Amino acid sequence: MKPRTRRIAELAVEIAVPLMILAAIFAWTASTPTFYFPPLSDVFERFGNTWLFERFGSDAWPSLRRMFLGYAIAVVVAVAAGVALGSSPTLRRATAPIVEFLRSIPPPALIPFAIVVIGIGDDMKVFIIAFVCLWPVLLNTIDGINGIDPTLKDTARVYGISGRDKLLRVTLPAASPQIFAGMRLSLSLALILMVISEMVASTNGIGFFVLQSQRSFAIPEMWSGILLLGILGYLFNLAFLIIERRVLAWHRGARASTLG
Amino acid sequence: MLAPFAAVVLLLALWELVVRSGLVSETSIPPATGALGELFSLFGDSAFWAAVGQTLEGWAIGLGIAIALGIPLGLLIGSSRWAYRALRAPIEFLRPIPSVALIPLAVLIYGQGLESKVFLVAFASFWPLLIQTIYGVQDVDPVATDTARSFGLGRRERMWRITVPSAVPYIATGIRISSAVALILAVTAELVIGAAGLGREINVARSGGDLNSMYALIVATGLVGWALNLATTAGERRVLHWHPSQRGVAT
Repeated sequence: MKPRTRRIAELAVEIAVPLMILAAIFAWTASTPTFYFPPLSDVFERFGNTWLFERFGSDAWPSLRRMFLGYAIAVVVAVAAGVALGSSPTLRRATAPIVEFLRSIPPPALIPFAIVVIGIGDDMKVFIIAFVCLWPVLLNTIDGINGIDPTLKDTARVYGISGRDKLLRVTLPAASPQIFAGMRLSLSLALILMVISEMVASTNGIGFFVLQSQRSFAIPEMWSGILLLGILGYLFNLAFLIIERRVLAWHRGARASTLG
Repeated sequence: MLAPFAAVVLLLALWELVVRSGLVSETSIPPATGALGELFSLFGDSAFWAAVGQTLEGWAIGLGIAIALGIPLGLLIGSSRWAYRALRAPIEFLRPIPSVALIPLAVLIYGQGLESKVFLVAFASFWPLLIQTIYGVQDVDPVATDTARSFGLGRRERMWRITVPSAVPYIATGIRISSAVALILAVTAELVIGAAGLGREINVARSGGDLNSMYALIVATGLVGWALNLATTAGERRVLHWHPSQRGVAT
């Protein structure tokens, strides 16, 4: 096959196969609808009725607000703590067992703790999301700072760059590829914990809606919520990749040139 | 060696002090001595070990299913250009669906017991394994494959002698990630749908107002997670002792 024909054929496959899978689900659920797997057209219809935009303000928006608030707090705290721990080996060694232990706690186990200490309001959910998102960013920031090229540090010292300038122009940029890797991991965790925290104790939110729909046997509604979560996860991931590509454009360029 | 030990003691002393001095109310946080005392008495309690066993049971079965499905599928998809292109979009769409969104579905289909827990664990830990395996297969050094081909190795032999060994570091990382995810989902299933295990015990302790035991159980759950982390990291190091990424660590 010529390269050009091959490229077109591959693109065709990439577009056609997902559509065929979708069509197959559509046809299968339409011809033999069961109680748990309603026709896909019903799910789409409920999706339109529910999320565009009747319950968007009452359920989707509070969820997203909590998620981004928790995520933002986590990133800020983790980068700050990561810089502190990354620049002091003694501090890092001293806190290592505490960090290792706290990050090993499966986050849902902390929800009862958060309920007792903070209550069942928004604060509790933001706390849980922030606590969970903290660790990947923190550990990656520490690693990133440890891994900074010694030549870079020495050069900065020779030029007398120190204090704030060094932090903002040398340390953070050099560690940013790793920090971003941690942030990407945390983003998917944030979505997961948003849902869990709403399923355990909440009166609104997407997780609450999905669980409530299941308990009242509103199966197409339940699927519409699951579909929304899938779409959100996909979009967040996509948006993050675009931002990462822009912010780290210099890094990709630098790597490409050294790798030949 | 002394600094980490001192930091832990300091933290526990701080916990004790903050509670004893009344800075935080004892109705929300018990003193460290209370929670830790309860933790030690838990270690002698067979019901506690049964709960640990139930959590680990869900973790192990679910992770096992994910490994049995994820690695072969990853090898298959990764080694075929066409399969990869055809399935890339569906995988990218399914992967970020938070597995917890499927909790209601799991309850409907499998009820509230072990099956639901295993389903959720398997679903969540399947994706990291699949993706890591695909990356691993695609990252095989072309020179190695070409060399094998020029020595006349067939497709199957190339798979076993070149592709699989080169992908093992990626697969090991996948297992480590999946193991952590699997524990999270096992505890979530216990907490949200009430499947038997540590998560349910924590919730029971909370609703019974038994704070000492709730905190002790949370710490115990953390210890389980920590032990699993150590085990997977040690396992990875053992299997990959030949790989450059591990050589530095071993010294």
